[in-house]
Amino acid sequence: MAEAAVVFTPPESYAGRLMHYCPGCTHGIIHRLVAEVIDELGAREHAVGVCPVGCAVYAYNYLNLDMIEAAHGRAPAVATGVKRVLPDRVVFTYQGDGDLASIGTAEIVHAAARNEAVTVVFVNNAVFGMTQGQMAPTTLVGQRASTAPFGRRPEHEGFPVKVVEMLNALDGPTYLARASMASPRWVRDAKKKIRKAFLAQVEHHGFGLVEVLSSCPTWWGKPPLEALKWIESDMMAYYPVGELRDLPNGKAKGE
Amino acid sequence: MSRIVIADDLCRGCGLCVAFCPRNTLRLAARFNRDGLRPVEYVDPDLCVGCGTCATMCPHVAIVRVERTEKAREATAQ
Amino acid sequence: MSDASPRYGEPVLMKGNEAVCEGAIWAGCRYFFGYPITPQNQIPEYMSRRLPEVGGVFLQGESELASISMVYGAASAGARVMTTSSSPGISLMVEGISYLYGSELPAVIVNVTRGGPGLGNISAAQSDYAQATHMGHGDISMVVLGPNSVQELYSFTAWAFDIADKVRAPVMVLADAVLGQMMEPLRPRQDEPPPPPEKPWATTGCAGRAPNVINSLYTADDDLEALNLRARERYARVAEAIRGCEETETDDAEVLLVSFGTSSRVCETAVARLRSHGVRAGLFRPLSLRPFPSARLLELAGSARVMLTVEMNLGQMVEDVRLAVQGRVPVDFMGRTGGNIPSVAAVVEAAERALAGPA
Repeated sequence: MAEAAVVFTPPESYAGRLMHYCPGCTHGIIHRLVAEVIDELGAREHAVGVCPVGCAVYAYNYLNLDMIEAAHGRAPAVATGVKRVLPDRVVFTYQGDGDLASIGTAEIVHAAARNEAVTVVFVNNAVFGMTQGQMAPTTLVGQRASTAPFGRRPEHEGFPVKVVEMLNALDGPTYLARASMASPRWVRDAKKKIRKAFLAQVEHHGFGLVEVLSSCPTWWGKPPLEALKWIESDMMAYYPVGELRDLPNGKAKGE
Repeated sequence: MSRIVIADDLCRGCGLCVAFCPRNTLRLAARFNRDGLRPVEYVDPDLCVGCGTCATMCPHVAIVRVERTEKAREATAQ
Repeated sequence: MSDASPRYGEPVLMKGNEAVCEGAIWAGCRYFFGYPITPQNQIPEYMSRRLPEVGGVFLQGESELASISMVYGAASAGARVMTTSSSPGISLMVEGISYLYGSELPAVIVNVTRGGPGLGNISAAQSDYAQATHMGHGDISMVVLGPNSVQELYSFTAWAFDIADKVRAPVMVLADAVLGQMMEPLRPRQDEPPPPPEKPWATTGCAGRAPNVINSLYTADDDLEALNLRARERYARVAEAIRGCEETETDDAEVLLVSFGTSSRVCETAVARLRSHGVRAGLFRPLSLRPFPSARLLELAGSARVMLTVEMNLGQMVEDVRLAVQGRVPVDFMGRTGGNIPSVAAVVEAAERALAGPA
């Protein structure tokens, strides 16, 4: 009988606790990918993470490294404060779409504009999850939410915000990409992008951000698998997956 | 033999591993775990090739170990 | 403040705002994050040049909202860090100050108060006293210091870092536009400050220890209550060492003026003028606004016939004075606001009126 090699065990940077996320919510996958990348970079003992206000407010219980909880939207500013004091640590934020694209719009724009050497993992599930499903700046046109009971209407609520494209207008950032949790192939792709966003900091002293299209089965009103299918059919159609900026590999602004 | 180890109490019964297993060798159990959810179990462990797709897709890190035989490793080399 | 007797150098003519910077740097502050707002712009401008000279980091934040969160991050990393602003900007920082307090993080915030409310104006005021002494959402006991000279802007700012590390909380220096803009001789410290304490709780990377978490979220009610109690207890432990006042001719004072900051300087002159008229006037100047020197004021309530609180607002510190004296002596109030400063003549007149009639 052939020897079986262990090809997966949970990463050391994951604390091993039961996470509170809803069944099928892909926050848990993204936490695991971040933990795997931090392990692979050997960075756990000199990393500092900043968690948001949102479903991931408890990320400090799930990642086995120094963590700071920030006020809503302020994580990039908190990360900036840490990085300016401890420039050799790996500093990252983990933020949802309410946190980053609503109340935190100024902070993310300016951290990106400064090419602040921090890494941002931006989890976009098109809704305010923790507070029970309100419309977010990233809610799609026609998508219903608790504060958009008729579905988002451009004439009343405007259009969704494409964060990565918006940041791509700045000269500052080093790495900007969008990834997806829609299926195994996309999850593996997302890990590569998260890794590159960390390398933008670690190897190039620059700002790296990955927007990850993520599911919210509870407030989308869809079972977990159907929620992933909706990411593929609807979210990826409006928010294209790809690398918009990758300075270390020669892809500059506007290319 | 390739196999996975499932942490029963971490499993939320979301079914993503079941849906994406390329060998359709996982299912949600008829029983309930400690939290009243139906955890995942093998349909037939011999069908498992240790590809780890279940672990890739598990949002609750309830697949705590994936072992892959050398034969399966060669067959599924990425 | 420092245990050994301080040594001072030759006086240097300096602006109050700049004295804040030098006091911070003497105390070991090497990080400043702030946003422009009149009348304190000299502070970020000076720090942008001066901090790199001492190996520190200056960064202008994109707003006061961002700046106080940058302070929060730097404090989490274990650094001595400061921000400054003025009234409307301080209002934007209130959220962050509450987070600093709830997360048990030391930091220094200087409010160079201007006229309010709203956009107000850029003249001096004391109308943020109530905000400073009742800061933020939650049960916050924040130390607030009330300097009234360029020398005190220097020494109180330095002192604030020491206090902040002892209480593991934000500390505020409550100044105003006149103090920030005035120029006076400053005698800088020539000796070394005491070293800051170790900060084993800081998030510096978890090598060699279990991970640290900095947060203010405690979903279990008992845990949140425990946080509040231990923060209050740290405050209570340092309160006696901090609580202070300066008294001018209070021993035999019939009318006791109570004032802080710029209006206290007007009161000094008013006391001298009243005395020259044969009126037994005195001045009680709190140096710490929190903890408020209530006990000493209560003692003086036994000897004074009347107290007159003089402020640059419509009556904020007067409430603390009335609470302190527990009704034992009438407490009158005299104030101007909107950036106006009470004149010596007006204070003298108010003091004589206070002595003459019932309060």
